[in-house]
Amino acid sequence: MPEALDPSLVALYVFVLACFIGYWVIWGVTPSLHTPLVALTNAISGIVLVGALLVAGDPESGILVQLIGFVAVLLASINVFGGFLVTHRMLSMFKKKK
Amino acid sequence: MDLSVNQQAVAYLVSAVLFILGLKGLTHPATARRGNLYGMLGMLIAIVATLLGREVQSYGFIIAGIAGGAVIGGIVAMRIQMTAMPQLVAALHSFVGLAAVLVGIGTFFHKQAGGLLNPLLMGEISAGVVIGAITFTGSVIAFGKLQGLLSGAPVKFKGQHLLNALIGAAAVALAVHFAMTGSLLSLLLMTLLALTIGVTLIIPIGGADMPVIISMLNSYSGWAAAATGFTLHNNLLIIVGALVGCSGAILSFIMCKAMNRSIINVVFGGFGSDGGSADSAGAQAAEKGVKSAAVEDAVYWMEDAGRVIIVPGYGMAVAQAQHALKELMELLTARGVEVKFGIHPVAGRMPGHMNVLLAEADIPYDQVLEMDEINSEFPSTDVVLVVGANDVVNPAAKEDPSSPIYGMPILEAGRARQVYFLKRSMRPGYSGVDNLLFYQDNTYLVFGDAKDTIEGMNAALKGGGH
Repeated sequence: MPEALDPSLVALYVFVLACFIGYWVIWGVTPSLHTPLVALTNAISGIVLVGALLVAGDPESGILVQLIGFVAVLLASINVFGGFLVTHRMLSMFKKKK
Repeated sequence: MDLSVNQQAVAYLVSAVLFILGLKGLTHPATARRGNLYGMLGMLIAIVATLLGREVQSYGFIIAGIAGGAVIGGIVAMRIQMTAMPQLVAALHSFVGLAAVLVGIGTFFHKQAGGLLNPLLMGEISAGVVIGAITFTGSVIAFGKLQGLLSGAPVKFKGQHLLNALIGAAAVALAVHFAMTGSLLSLLLMTLLALTIGVTLIIPIGGADMPVIISMLNSYSGWAAAATGFTLHNNLLIIVGALVGCSGAILSFIMCKAMNRSIINVVFGGFGSDGGSADSAGAQAAEKGVKSAAVEDAVYWMEDAGRVIIVPGYGMAVAQAQHALKELMELLTARGVEVKFGIHPVAGRMPGHMNVLLAEADIPYDQVLEMDEINSEFPSTDVVLVVGANDVVNPAAKEDPSSPIYGMPILEAGRARQVYFLKRSMRPGYSGVDNLLFYQDNTYLVFGDAKDTIEGMNAALKGGGH
């Protein structure tokens, strides 16, 4: 069997390439939408929710760990819902001249 | 139904693509709302795919957490005033930071129970916890400054940088010890130190630099998510974290450039609010005195103007004057005056703050121009109305090499035929630097609350209508 690539190295590949995508996509964002950009990135960084779900969702790791997970789920969810909704609210206000 | 790891990975890939398209949507206001919807869809897919995976076996805490988050987040998002966006963003950043800390520590216990700890994993946990902790307390301090709970003035003391360096070194040493031994005590002490660094890193930064702080913490929250992704070997978290981290870093860069300062200078510089010594040119100009004008004078010149440019700043947000400005714009437009708005990149307390407030007041975005777009129009403009802005129109940035803001790009309002400066008092701007524009021959100060003054203008325009 051929030698397997270390999973952490794969993660590093993904990370570095994603940084390049981020660099090019973000430079394209119009300055007038920088506040919604901060709010939207805030909402999507609520993706730590995925990590929180894994901590909160395993009953075998004990009630303390699940409680830690619960608080993390709560906080990340506030980010997700609050972030996307406030972004939506802001973007709905941007109108062109009639 | 249990999704296999591979099925889950495919779902995460779809979700990552949706997030990228979502951010790409913000290239233009016309596509931005669709972008936000892509983002929501991406998040939904990610959450469902995670819940259906084999690792999630109990749902009680999860349902309670998500439901609670939806209610709290929903209420806050719907009720928050647009002027308070910087505070909200700071608060949300702190949640991401704390969540990353909790996920890191929770993962440690989880893997410990499964006997799956190894030095690399624990190193990754350390990174996530440290960045998360700095993001958390740093954002709490930023929130306190923005909300007025803490003084906006930079807090500085002797040996501050040395202290930060020592705490940082101690945190790294503990992280190494933790990675080697798996000692819970080291993990917790390291977390405590990182929480301290978040505080000591943000307190020396003044209120004027808030747009940079917000962008920086935005970036940190992204790197915290990415580090969590490394811990969990979850590519989606890594991708999203990298996107958000880059976004915040680029915004920080743009903000620093708009102030002609380096990020090092912002982080270690502690700018403004310490009185501000009158520089030579400023002192000379002060002797010449300033001219003040009544609302009627400004109205007299504006109603016959060909073009009026309004330059809003944080003072407009404080006075909630954006709706009155919208009416002023309509009244002037009805008289055939061309009205535009000129926005400096660091106007307000966060990137793009002014644009959102003007959009809230229903001012069309195609009448709101960025600094580079509008600077060439000032010389052919009859009247500039400066509403609650200060440093961003200060000619000292171009003319006075001894000024602390020298070299900062400005809106060249002073080149218009006339400038009316709406001001509460003669206090200098956040940088503490006197504004040379006050003393220019074509500048008139209109004292009073910005909103009252503009409403006075509106009343005069309505009253004098033919």
